[in-house]
Amino acid sequence: MSTANTGHTDSAALYGYLVGFDKVDELLVAAATVRDAGYTRWDAHTPFVIHGLDAAMGVKKTVLPYIVFLAGLTGTAAGILLQWWTNAVDYPFLISGKPLFSLPANIPVAFETTILFAAISALVGMLALNGLPQLSHPLFSNRSFKRVTDDRFFISIEARDPLFDKAKTRELLESVSGQPVEEIEDVS
Amino acid sequence: MSDTAINSLSYLDNTGVDPAVRARLVVGDNDFHSVTDTVCGIVEQPKPPKFRWDALAASSSLTLVLFACIGYLVTTGIGVWGLQVPVGWGYAIVNFVFWVGIGHAGTLISAILFLLRQRWRTSINRFAEAMTIFAVVCAGIFPGIHVGRIWFAYWLFPIPNQMSMWPNFRSPLLWDVFAVGTYATVSLLFWYMGMIPDLASIRDRATTKLRFYIYGVLSLGWRSSNRHWHRFEFAYLLLASLATPLVLSVHSVVSFDFAVSIMPGWHTTIFPPYFVAGAIFSGFAMVVTLIIPTRKFFGLEEIITARHLENMAKIMLATGMMVGLAYSTEFFIAWYSGNTYEAFTFLNRAFGPYAWAYWTMVTCNVLVPQVFWIRKLRNKTIVLWVASILINVGMWFERFVIVVSSLSRDYLPTSWGYYRPTAIDVMTFVGSFGLFFTLFLLFVRFLPMVGMAEVKGVMPQAHLDRPGHRGHGDYHGDIAGVEVV
Repeated sequence: MSTANTGHTDSAALYGYLVGFDKVDELLVAAATVRDAGYTRWDAHTPFVIHGLDAAMGVKKTVLPYIVFLAGLTGTAAGILLQWWTNAVDYPFLISGKPLFSLPANIPVAFETTILFAAISALVGMLALNGLPQLSHPLFSNRSFKRVTDDRFFISIEARDPLFDKAKTRELLESVSGQPVEEIEDVS
Repeated sequence: MSDTAINSLSYLDNTGVDPAVRARLVVGDNDFHSVTDTVCGIVEQPKPPKFRWDALAASSSLTLVLFACIGYLVTTGIGVWGLQVPVGWGYAIVNFVFWVGIGHAGTLISAILFLLRQRWRTSINRFAEAMTIFAVVCAGIFPGIHVGRIWFAYWLFPIPNQMSMWPNFRSPLLWDVFAVGTYATVSLLFWYMGMIPDLASIRDRATTKLRFYIYGVLSLGWRSSNRHWHRFEFAYLLLASLATPLVLSVHSVVSFDFAVSIMPGWHTTIFPPYFVAGAIFSGFAMVVTLIIPTRKFFGLEEIITARHLENMAKIMLATGMMVGLAYSTEFFIAWYSGNTYEAFTFLNRAFGPYAWAYWTMVTCNVLVPQVFWIRKLRNKTIVLWVASILINVGMWFERFVIVVSSLSRDYLPTSWGYYRPTAIDVMTFVGSFGLFFTLFLLFVRFLPMVGMAEVKGVMPQAHLDRPGHRGHGDYHGDIAGVEVV
């Protein structure tokens, strides 16, 4: 879905605006302001997790726990079924007259498969919901953005946000940050 | 000593006397950038100093010894080890339990301390997780080669085969396969996931194309988005909650290998908690053994502070006491149960042919940690380091005592024996240290050994300046200071 066919053939299409902050406080206040202005396609970028930023941005709680829970249940079922099928049905294993299928003996393996399935789904689910891996992104074209994994905080507003307006959005970002607002080209 | 010299030494000491005042987790004049610089600088160093090459040469040579011993074992047979009737489990099982035990500290630090909101874990968790994975690698080798005909090792797994046979799921040895396999996988996932933001830091500072591409791919295009952080944090919390029961289950299952049998000295219900406490004890000892020289060589004393070491000493003291309690409980139950064989086994451990091993174990595991009661001693790096090595030794002997003493003298005196390891046994064990240290040296060379993103999050600069917003109870130190004024 390229935005190149919207008429701006002379210059590259705009991905959005980026503005930097030096301090956590400034970022939190700015995030709340952008949230209250009603923007939806925007993001904050920080070198580490900042508590309170989710609320300041109005980020909805992720569905990840439900995915992990279902994966865990799948793991339990898989562990039980595996042991039941292999030792009691497909190749009945009669040892010391013990029952072919008895839950207590099958708990350890079922427990481990529960954890295994749930843990894999936690990582894979997190990456999938985040749309990662995504090795190329317009923000990476900005030089100052390299400091986002070091010591600087950023807010970006995408041009495809319905409220995005070249002049007004720039004004908003300038007013909350007091720093120059940079244009990010859509390189994709 | 001049004032500046005193100051330059004392600023590193954040081992507070007043427990109500929280120690600073990063000391010195550090900000976010200096933390990035210090940690990434280690990876970016163009030419590591010579002693690191020497260390790598030594450890990889030992690794070759390990591989040579394994090659000899596979081509010749299990007879190259000292295993005989009645002692059919010797060094291989001792080493397996020893290494798996060491592998418990990483997940304890990253998962359990995370759930308990122990923020000091941030400086050491990456390091400990790496150590966990390398220890589990070493552990996994031993049961694998112990099966003798290792080309049949795949029988351990429920793989459909031409014989239409399946493994016996009621055997604790098979539970072990699942427990250790799951543990290795989950530890690896946890370690890698936590590292993604830090790999991105190295990517963003890369000065060469090769480094940019390698760390770029490894960091999966992480762009520090807060919407991503939100899910990342949740995934981290979920993984921690999953890894916590997992880490407790792994050594419990390992202990079932013994406890589910009917050998005197093995068939005891205390084994799971006793093994788990011992595992945490030995794991912390290994973390301390490695981290003390590492923080010195790489100048990480401001991030991995004296307080971190002190905390680990306290955990070793606590778990050491638990292990000591377990030893005495075993003795008490052996007498209280009225079971002749059980009573004999324990008297035999303490006063029989393996008494030397038993008393080495008691000295190293129960007596040595007692020095940590004294603040002056536990805050002396050299004392802590030597004690941690002795604890490693003691924990190896604990497993030796459990495995060998029970097997060598069980019910029938006619089948008693004395187990002696061969040179191949010893070389295989020493070689496994080579593998462990080789992996460790490669880790400190190529991967960020401190979780930068997590350390930054516990620094004072990461929080609001306005006093009214110190909502998380993170800065009792500062608030207490205000109240005094």
